[in-house]
Amino acid sequence: MLRTITKTLVGAVFAGGLLVPHAFAETTLNALFMAQAAYSEADVRAMTDAFTKANPDVKVNLEFVPYEGLHDKTVLAQGSGGGYDVVLFDVIWPAEYATNKVLVDVTPKITDDMKKGVLPGAWTTVQYDGKYYGMPWILDTKYLFYNKDILEKAGIKTPPKTWEELGAQAKIIQDKGLLKTPIAWSWSQAEAAICDYTTLVSAYGGDFLKDGKPDFQNGGGLSALKYMVDSYKSGLTNPNSKEFLEEDVRKVFENGDAAFALNWTYMYNMANDPKDSKVAGKVGVVPAPGVTGISEVSAVNGSMGLGVTAVSKHPDEAWKYITFMTSQATQNQYAKLSLPIWASSYDDPAVTKGQEELIAAAKLGLAAMYPRPTTPKYQELSTALQQAIQESLLGQSPPEDALKTAAQNSGL
Amino acid sequence: MSGTWMTTRAWLLMLPLLVVMVAVIGWPLVDTVSLSLTDAKLVGTGGSYVGFENYTNMLSSSNFSRTLATTTLFAVISVAAEMVIGVLAALLLNQQFHGRAVLRALMILPWALPTVVNATLWRLIYNPEYGALNAALTQLHLIDAYRSWLGEPGTALAALIVADCWKNFPLVALIALAALQAVPRDITAASLVDGAGPFNRFRFVILPYLAGPLMVALVLRTIEAFKVFDIIWVMTRGGPANSTRTLSILVYQEAFSFQRAGSGASLALIVTLLVTVLAVAYAALVRKTAGSAA
Repeated sequence: MLRTITKTLVGAVFAGGLLVPHAFAETTLNALFMAQAAYSEADVRAMTDAFTKANPDVKVNLEFVPYEGLHDKTVLAQGSGGGYDVVLFDVIWPAEYATNKVLVDVTPKITDDMKKGVLPGAWTTVQYDGKYYGMPWILDTKYLFYNKDILEKAGIKTPPKTWEELGAQAKIIQDKGLLKTPIAWSWSQAEAAICDYTTLVSAYGGDFLKDGKPDFQNGGGLSALKYMVDSYKSGLTNPNSKEFLEEDVRKVFENGDAAFALNWTYMYNMANDPKDSKVAGKVGVVPAPGVTGISEVSAVNGSMGLGVTAVSKHPDEAWKYITFMTSQATQNQYAKLSLPIWASSYDDPAVTKGQEELIAAAKLGLAAMYPRPTTPKYQELSTALQQAIQESLLGQSPPEDALKTAAQNSGL
Repeated sequence: MSGTWMTTRAWLLMLPLLVVMVAVIGWPLVDTVSLSLTDAKLVGTGGSYVGFENYTNMLSSSNFSRTLATTTLFAVISVAAEMVIGVLAALLLNQQFHGRAVLRALMILPWALPTVVNATLWRLIYNPEYGALNAALTQLHLIDAYRSWLGEPGTALAALIVADCWKNFPLVALIALAALQAVPRDITAASLVDGAGPFNRFRFVILPYLAGPLMVALVLRTIEAFKVFDIIWVMTRGGPANSTRTLSILVYQEAFSFQRAGSGASLALIVTLLVTVLAVAYAALVRKTAGSAA
C-alpha cells in the first residue's frame, strides 16, 4: 500500500516536471490607461498583445479608468505603496508628478533618434524643468468640428476662421430654424471645461501665469471667459454644455444636434462611422478659430504621455513597453483615433489615407498648441478655474469677479 | 468560581477582539490625528508639525461652511423622505394582496444595486438631451423644453436627493416591514372593534411597535447620508459651481486631488466628530424611544 502511494507520488512529481515548460523569468507589469478618447481600449489591448508576443517573458496587466479618475488613481496607488509600473499621464501633471516623485526621470533613456523624430510640440508633454518624465503617446488638441450638411443648408460656404465668425454663422443657422442651439462644448465642472477655456485663451493671446502669479483674470484670459458667457447667454450655445463632457458633445454632434462642436481628434473617425453616427460622411474638421488681429488659429495642448513610476520594481521592462507603445510603427498602425507623435508619419499615406482633412487641420492645430500652466499646484488652479467658469455661465458672478476669486483660490 | 476569575476570563476572551479593534480602528485613528497636525503631502516628504493650523484654516474657510450646509440639507431632506416613503411602502406591503411576494422582492432591487450603477442609471434618466425624465415631462406637457437637471444649481441637489431616496428607501421599508409583522393581530383587531380610524390606529397602535426599529434605520441612514460621496461624485462631481459638493467630496479633493494629506486628515476628523455627535444624540433618543415603547 505504502509503496503504491510512493510510486504514485513520484510519478505525479515526474509528470508534473515534464509538463512545466522551461521556466521564464517572467515579469508582470501593471499599467494604467484611460477608458475614453484617443486610442480605444481595444487598440491598447491589441498593441499590448503585439508587445507581449515580441517579449514573451513580460506580462502586462492593463487597467482602464475614465480620464476623471486617472490622476487620483495614480497618486493614490503611489501613496498606498503599491501600484503601477507604467501610467498614462496628462500634459498638466509632470510638474506635480516630478515634484512629488511619482514618475522616474528618464532623460538618459531618450535617444537621439527619438529627439529628432518626435514633433517638438509633443515633447512639452513630458518635460518639466528641463528633464524628461516619459514618452509622449497621445498627441492631441481640440479641433472645431462642423456639420457640412447644416452649413450647406444655411448657405455658408466656408467654416469660420474667427470666433466672432463662428457666432455669426451659428446665428444664421439658428435664424433659419435649422437648429435651436448650434454650438456644443464640454463645460461640465471638470478638466474638459479648462481645455475649451484654454483654447480660447490661446486665441485671445492671454496667459495663465506671469512670474508664477495668476494672470488669467485680465487680458486674454478674461476675454476668453467673456466669450464663453456671451455665447451661452446669446442662446447660440447648447445650454446643456455646462454639464457635458467630451463624450456628451460627441453624442450630440453625431445625432445631428450641433452644427459646431469643439472636441479631440478621436471624434473625427467616430463621427464618420455610420454604425453609430447619423452624420457620417458630413463631418468637417478645421483648427479651432482665431481672433482678428491676434491669432490665426487656436489650440490647447491636450497631449498625454506614458511614464515609469518611481515605485516600479521593473523599470527596464516598463521602459521597453513604453518605447514599443510609442514607436512609430505602432502609432502608424493605430492612427485612426489618435495621431502619431512622429513628424514623418504625417507624410505617410498609411496614416493620412482617408483622413486628409483631419491631417490638414492637425498640421495647423498641433503647431499652435497652447499649454496649460506647468505648476505642481495645477489641480488646485484648475479646480478654482472650473468653479469660476461655472459661476459665470450660471450668472452667479460676472467673469471679472469670478476670475479674481479663482486667482485667489488657485494656491499660487 | 470566584467573581474575579469570571472577570479575568471575560477579559481574556475579549482580548483577541480588543487587539483587532486597536489594530484596525485605534491605530489608524491615532495616525490620522497625528497626520492632521502636519503639512504632509500624499506622496513625497513626510511634512512637519503645524499644530492646529489645518483645523483653523479649514473651519474658517467659506468652502467648509458652504459644504457643511449642502451636506446637511442633503442629509435632512433625503433621510426624511426615505423614512416617510419607506414606512408607507411597508404599510402597503403588509397588506394581503395578490403578487405581494413579487413586489417585496422587487422593492429590494434598488438597494441591492451598487451605488455607481444606480448613479449612472439616474444620470441617463436626467440626461438633458435624451433623458427619460425630460421625455416623460414633455409628453405630459409639464415642461415645454428639455431641461438640464444636473446642470442647474436649483435642481441638481434635488435630483441627487431623488436618486438617493430611490436607492435607500427600501432599507427603511424592509426594517419597518419586519417590525409591522411583529404587531400582534389581536391588538389591531381590538382597535378596530373600539372604532379607531386608520390614522389613530397607525398613530396609537402600530407606531409604538415601529418606533424602535425606525430609530435604528434613522441612525443608519443619517450617518450614511452625511458621509455621501459616490452617488454625487458619479452624477455631478460636486458641480454645477460646487452647489452639490458635500463634506466627503471636500475631503477627497483636499487629500487626494490636491494631495494635502495633513489638511485632508483634519477635515476627515472634523467630519468624524460631527457624525459621532449625531450618532450619540440618536443613541440617546433610541434608548428613550425604546423605553417609552416598552
